Amino acid sequence: MTILILEQSLNGLQLGLLLFLLAAGLTLVFGIMDLVNLAHGSMYMIGAFLAATFAGWTDSFILGALLALPATLLVGIVTEMICLRTLYPRDHLDQVLATFGLILFFNEAVRLIWGPAGMSLPLPQFLSTSVEILPDVRYPTYRLSIIGVGLAVAVFLYVLVQRTRLGMLIRAGASNREMIGALGIDIKLLYTLVFGLGAALAALAGLMAAPILTAQIGMGENILILSFVVIVIGGIGSIRGAFVAALIVGMIDTVGRAFLPELLRLFLDRAAAATAAPAISSMLIYMLMAAILVLRPQGLFPAPGK
Amino acid sequence: MNKTTLLCFTAALALMAGPALGQVKVKIGFVNTFSGPNATIGNDMRDAFELALDHLGRKMGGVDVEAIYEDDQQKPDVGKQKTEKLIQSDKVNFLTGYIWSNVLLASVKSAIDSQTFLISGNAGPSQLAGELCNPYFFSASWQNDQTPMAMGEALNQRGIKKIFIMAPNYAAGKDMAAGVKSTFKGEVVGEEYTKWPDQLDFSAELSKVRAARPDALFVFYPGAAGVQILNQYIQAGLKAQVPFYSAYTIDAITLPLQKDNALGALGTQSWVNDLQNDANKKFVADFRKKYNRMPSFYAAQQYDAVMLIDSAVRSVKGALGDKDGIRAALRKADFKSVRGEFKFNQNHFPIQNFYLQETVREASGELNLKTIATVFKDHKDLHQPKCQMKW
Repeated sequence: MTILILEQSLNGLQLGLLLFLLAAGLTLVFGIMDLVNLAHGSMYMIGAFLAATFAGWTDSFILGALLALPATLLVGIVTEMICLRTLYPRDHLDQVLATFGLILFFNEAVRLIWGPAGMSLPLPQFLSTSVEILPDVRYPTYRLSIIGVGLAVAVFLYVLVQRTRLGMLIRAGASNREMIGALGIDIKLLYTLVFGLGAALAALAGLMAAPILTAQIGMGENILILSFVVIVIGGIGSIRGAFVAALIVGMIDTVGRAFLPELLRLFLDRAAAATAAPAISSMLIYMLMAAILVLRPQGLFPAPGK
Repeated sequence: MNKTTLLCFTAALALMAGPALGQVKVKIGFVNTFSGPNATIGNDMRDAFELALDHLGRKMGGVDVEAIYEDDQQKPDVGKQKTEKLIQSDKVNFLTGYIWSNVLLASVKSAIDSQTFLISGNAGPSQLAGELCNPYFFSASWQNDQTPMAMGEALNQRGIKKIFIMAPNYAAGKDMAAGVKSTFKGEVVGEEYTKWPDQLDFSAELSKVRAARPDALFVFYPGAAGVQILNQYIQAGLKAQVPFYSAYTIDAITLPLQKDNALGALGTQSWVNDLQNDANKKFVADFRKKYNRMPSFYAAQQYDAVMLIDSAVRSVKGALGDKDGIRAALRKADFKSVRGEFKFNQNHFPIQNFYLQETVREASGELNLKTIATVFKDHKDLHQPKCQMKW
């Protein structure tokens, strides 16, 4: 049983870190640029498809991944410059409509370029096995490496936001946009950079998910909803909030799926428990979000000044 | 030309066209999934549908065929809407397609109420084989439980004592689990039902499989999810510990994405591409020639469904209003099935063989599915006794 709990905690951690990569970009764009970007999931999808394509060309997963990141960053920057710049002063509803349109555009574009079937991203041999983390306990190497990359990115973002000049501007932008504009910062450039960074983080999440989930059209939409839940729980504009909330959501989702059926079986019959458990476990995170919205509407770690 | 002649001429033309317009076409509504990750299944079935029409010269019993395609988006509510649209505004004579049991269950009542024949190309929910069986519903595929029942039997034959079952939490997933449990004689040490269709990460469930230490894992994950479950199973390093058995999880559509991960995995199916009969050889060869890929079992069943409709329309000589005549002809199933001999049980589900299939590498290097044994001969589903229909 302890082994199972350990394994499930790792599963939860891995899902949480994947969510964090997406939510970090989303919360930066939302918090700093005040833009509701539903098309964030599209960057996740594009990252996955580009990585699969580049990996096919170069015959290397690592090279494919390294090429897909700047490529998606570029896609993000171009999207920002062409479509989103004019939306900043507009109403949130206009932004939702426009970025929803972008989802449809990107889904169809991917269908035209790569076809409807989706793409698989095969892992190199050394990642497609499992390792012994404790005596007689094996865990997929690849999922462990997702945890490693996720933690590394979290540290990188912490240093970037807390210790660099760019990070200072990002924090200032999240707290008071007008003021940093008035201080002579090129806010347009800052916005483009932040959006590009968000797109690259989403692409990283997408290309790391692709070997597990395969690259599929519309793969971004499901996880986008979870990412919004994460930033609502964590507090909009806060990277720290996104990190903590993503881990909480990842854990709750996994633990719910893992242990709820057994728990329900204590007071329901087997068939009813088997039917009810998946339904209830998929509701758990939304219940948490509802509770947070009632008790602490600004989120767990709101960005200062909000 | 004066006005009167012109009028007469027009009237004569209208008269000539009149009867032709009235009954000139056999209209077939095809409801299937053409968007989202499982669009590849819908496209495969549509390709088979088109190939069958090509083979028939696009006519049934001398009457032209018109096919109308609708996308159900894999959603029961949308499937029902599209079915009603086909019945009410297109006035179709037959409905076919339907991959998903939950979509079919939502749609079938509209067909029955309007006395439109619905021939399922894939989904076979237990309800429609039992208490909800109906004179206007036929299955050209199988009842959901049958394929996993064959798997349960195959597991017995291989001496497996403990299994773990994983399936999605919807109508077909429950039928599949019930099917394998009805024939498997050993112990079921664990069962997991996952959220359908959006849960694609099975890490938590696969960890439980490892902890339960079964002799075998049985899964039912059709379409895109089949790629993910198999890849994650391999990545978890379970292959060395728990062998993988499945129904509807490895097929000609998923194989190009599953690749070597599928090698050696066993499944059961009522149609395999190497079945030795003339109709099947022609179907597989022409499908490969036209579309440059292997047909899946979905395609084979849909091809049979069109040939079944053709046999009925031919038998009533295109008199599409003769519903009793059409039903009687459908029940005879007088057509050359790609599954060899084809006959209906009292509940309008086929009585057929089930085979054990294995993923192998051909001499040409490509992966393919191959029949290795016949598990059931002339198998009937379990739900027929609950069906009141007699003929």
